[in-house]
Amino acid sequence: MEKKIQELKQIATEIRKDIVTMLTESGSGHPGGSLSAADILTVLYFNEMKVDSKNPKWEDRDRFVLSKGHAAPVLYSTLAEKGFFPKEELQKLRKIDSMLQGHPDMKGTPGVDMSTGSLGQGFSSSCGMAMAGKIDKKDYRVYTLLGDGELQEGIVWEAAMLAAHHKLDNLTAFIDYNGLQIDGKNEEVLSIDPVTDKFKAFGWNVLKIDGHSIEEIVDSINKAKETKGVPTVIVAKTVKGKGVSFMENKVEWHGSAPKEEEKAQALKELGGEM
Amino acid sequence: MTKIATRNAYGEALIEIGKENEDVVVLDADLSKSTKTSGFGKEFPNRFINVGIAEQNLMGTAAGLAAAGKIPFASTFAMFATGRAFEIIRNSIGYPKLNVKICATHSGVTVGEDGASHQALEDISCMRTIPNMTVIVPADAVEAKAAIHAVAKIDGPVYVRLGRPAVPVINDESNYDFKIGKGVTLKDGKDITIVATGIMVNEALEAAEELETKGINTRVINIHTIKPIDVELITKAAKETGAIVTAEEHNIIGGLGSAVAEVISENHPVPLKRIGTNDTFGESGKPDELLKKYGLTKENIVETVTELIKRK
Repeated sequence: MEKKIQELKQIATEIRKDIVTMLTESGSGHPGGSLSAADILTVLYFNEMKVDSKNPKWEDRDRFVLSKGHAAPVLYSTLAEKGFFPKEELQKLRKIDSMLQGHPDMKGTPGVDMSTGSLGQGFSSSCGMAMAGKIDKKDYRVYTLLGDGELQEGIVWEAAMLAAHHKLDNLTAFIDYNGLQIDGKNEEVLSIDPVTDKFKAFGWNVLKIDGHSIEEIVDSINKAKETKGVPTVIVAKTVKGKGVSFMENKVEWHGSAPKEEEKAQALKELGGEM
Repeated sequence: MTKIATRNAYGEALIEIGKENEDVVVLDADLSKSTKTSGFGKEFPNRFINVGIAEQNLMGTAAGLAAAGKIPFASTFAMFATGRAFEIIRNSIGYPKLNVKICATHSGVTVGEDGASHQALEDISCMRTIPNMTVIVPADAVEAKAAIHAVAKIDGPVYVRLGRPAVPVINDESNYDFKIGKGVTLKDGKDITIVATGIMVNEALEAAEELETKGINTRVINIHTIKPIDVELITKAAKETGAIVTAEEHNIIGGLGSAVAEVISENHPVPLKRIGTNDTFGESGKPDELLKKYGLTKENIVETVTELIKRK
């Protein structure tokens, strides 16, 4: 397992480097919330989910919905790393005629299970996917990742009620709790706390982890899978911009791309060779 | 004449297609007794999902079900389906072209006593502006049932607009052939054409009969599919009859009238008048009283045709 953990850490580093590189090339996009979610996506795609990069629409695959669709670069880097499409595509992010849209497009990008971008909607769709799994008596699992600010959307709580009512234990939601949204700190814009109590009150199994600890992410997913009769939410404490010192915990890096010299600095800091 | 509400026909059709296809699932937002999806719920409880009073999540959940291969029919009142949940329909259903059938009841002023807050008069307009979306407005119960069977067989998002009150059955179930996107010429005529949709089709037929007695030979076309609209049939009517009156239980801005105006102004411009609600909200009252007050009757059509034909 220790070897596996080291391997996952290296993959997460590669994904972070790709995020920085592709965003520099595109000149726009969302680095902060992409970097904060890199470890979670790494564990999901490289340690957990049943997916087949050669057959992205495989009916029995596990699903992943990036409900915080603006973190598309982390999803694209992960999918490319996993072999769904060539890494060269990453450099076409947000460019005309590219398969990599500013926000995920399930029709254009192999491996993207749901089009997202308008906050809250992916969470709702993930409930529908989990319900389909139940109706069809399939054992695939559905994972979704929400931003913390995203919890301010009303549809999130409509969906949370539905998932608990229908006992969707095949659904696991991650909250990328980095504490920041465009206009500032969550607690200053519109407080979302106590997040754990809110989800508990809505009937969910709630786990709290360090969202950058590979071990804790692995462990929490295992616990979610063992939990029957209720959906699980994993509140993952993260650092926005994780891995790049000048981006960490800086709200300015929510939605602006690094310049060439910033890229060089970021890549130097990330280091970690495969 | 037999009268049946299109929502009742919808409820029956759902059970029929539910028996034919196991992938059909039905979602409702706490209005299943009114939208008539409750019958499906009783027949197939494991394929019926009541999401509660949460129309946004109704559409988002339906999108997820479709993304996982199901054929979801999502129902609530037209106002809440297309108004409250518009952006979810646009981004989670229209954009990814997911196979969700949005079948909304209680459209138009014939909702009646509940008043303006519940009378959707802009739903056709909202839905037809979404790329990938097919928009269907059945004229009677026979057409509603045929439409539901037809939309279940195509892949992609569809909006079906259904109504609350019992309305005259004008089509013959035994030989009715419903084709998405194809208008139906119900009565031929050479002087002018009435293009109608939904409950206004029957009013158009009655108006045409009266106009004959006045010597005006009127063609009547039922446009049950607002999108994709039957460009060929409408252009032909413009060429052959030289004037068109449209009739719909909807705002004249953005609905059938606008769609027909777009078609003829690009292909064969002729004088046009649109009958519908005129950029106004509805109000409480009995359906018939409201149709009269908002100018949606046979008499209004007769009067409009008589005026418009002078401009030919």
